[in-house]
Amino acid sequence: MSSDARSSRSPDALLSARGLRLSYGRIAALDGVDAEVFPGEVLAVVGESGSGKTTLLQALSGAISPDAGTVWYRGRDGSVQDVHRMPAPALRALHRSDWGTVHQDPRQSLRMAVSAGGNVGERLMAQGVQHYGGIRAAAIDWLREVEIAADRVDDLPRTFSGGMLQRLQIARTLVTQPRLVFMDEPTGGLDVSVQARLLDLIRGLVARLGVAAVLVTHDIAVARLLAGRIVVMRAGRVVETGLTDQVLDDPQHPYTQLLVSSVLHA
Amino acid sequence: MSAGDAVLRVEGVGKSFTLHLQGGVRIPVLDGVSLELQAGECVVLSGPSGAGKSTLLRTVYGNYRAEGGSILLRHRGAWLDLAAAGPRTVLEMRRDTLGYVSQFLRVVPRVPALHIVAEALTARGVGTEEARASARAMLLRLHVPERLHGLPPATFSGGEQQRVNLARGFLGRHPILLLDEPTASLDAANRAVVVGLVRAAKARGVAVLGIVHDADTRDAIADRLFPVEPLQDAA
Repeated sequence: MSSDARSSRSPDALLSARGLRLSYGRIAALDGVDAEVFPGEVLAVVGESGSGKTTLLQALSGAISPDAGTVWYRGRDGSVQDVHRMPAPALRALHRSDWGTVHQDPRQSLRMAVSAGGNVGERLMAQGVQHYGGIRAAAIDWLREVEIAADRVDDLPRTFSGGMLQRLQIARTLVTQPRLVFMDEPTGGLDVSVQARLLDLIRGLVARLGVAAVLVTHDIAVARLLAGRIVVMRAGRVVETGLTDQVLDDPQHPYTQLLVSSVLHA
Repeated sequence: MSAGDAVLRVEGVGKSFTLHLQGGVRIPVLDGVSLELQAGECVVLSGPSGAGKSTLLRTVYGNYRAEGGSILLRHRGAWLDLAAAGPRTVLEMRRDTLGYVSQFLRVVPRVPALHIVAEALTARGVGTEEARASARAMLLRLHVPERLHGLPPATFSGGEQQRVNLARGFLGRHPILLLDEPTASLDAANRAVVVGLVRAAKARGVAVLGIVHDADTRDAIADRLFPVEPLQDAA
């Protein structure tokens, strides 16, 4: 890493990415992307399929390694770590403690053969919490927080609806009180009526807990409702970034203008 | 902040729109606009439809990006240029200093009106119960009946939605308040409530910048008018 790259990193950012590049064969999924996430903010990454938005999320969270560029994370103690040069156990520990992930398909992170309460409690146990009664109480609290009735705590996730599964995944993610949550199309596969309720839930929890989030979505209405800042991607590049309502209501780049003007208004 | 102190200084602000999907045609709307707003004062933008009044208001709020010039706000005791501020600073200015009541309510679907209004206070650290009690009182003052408080505004009439919007805007207690047609879809009784709210806000030292087409309401709240002329006519 060059000293120049390091000096351009924002000191108060939680996560800082500089010059990310990643190619799949001849296709540039990331073509020189910079991004930052600050404490307590929701950053939306929008773009069409193939724009590189999900690849960016995976590179930021350390799930895939870029060909070039660096991602720094500033820990609770203020120390700064290079996400892609961290030993694998340290990165896994980060994902268990400071970070959380909400996948579009909750089945990707939930354990379907373990009860709802077990799914939530498991994350606490992974952190070293041992008192069973305390874990169960925390799990019930979190189920209530995401509007799942306490009497469903012993039920298996496969008895849950899609919206409930997504809420269970959110409870599982937030129980460890992460500082940063990565969300990939969190309302993607849901009915519109369920989406609205989930959006309100995410919005309320993120604001109340002061957790930062990177939200990847193709739906600019979701970005508008949840995110203070927005990044618009196309063909692996950031074409425009700024205040969400300003970028969406006064887009400067031709592609953002196209994206905004292509949305159907109900 | 006492009456007579400047709280907002717009200096030489321009705004045009470049429509890339229409062959890059450029539409100039504002050029070199300067205005000052003092604490406790209400200034109403005047001028024909299409002159750029809403564009000016949205630019002052940062919803549109200003071109040239500065938008100086008295924020936490210091002057800060919103036109030059980064997104996170603008969001902070909007939370603490600059309120805005838009023409139309835009909210998360299925969220009850009471919660939408209370968020104006919870966003600034007020406890949920206290915020909801204040929200309830403000909604009642604007004649939104209690039976509607628990319902999402999507099914409300235009006038009811606008009153939810106003309740949220006035509850925020921002020192500077921007109002875009606050009384457009209201009946006489509710227009009178809005006049009362603006006067009470002014008495507290709130500076108000607004667009008000209804002449009676305008005369009742405006200390002075600020003319916004269409650019092609001015040239």
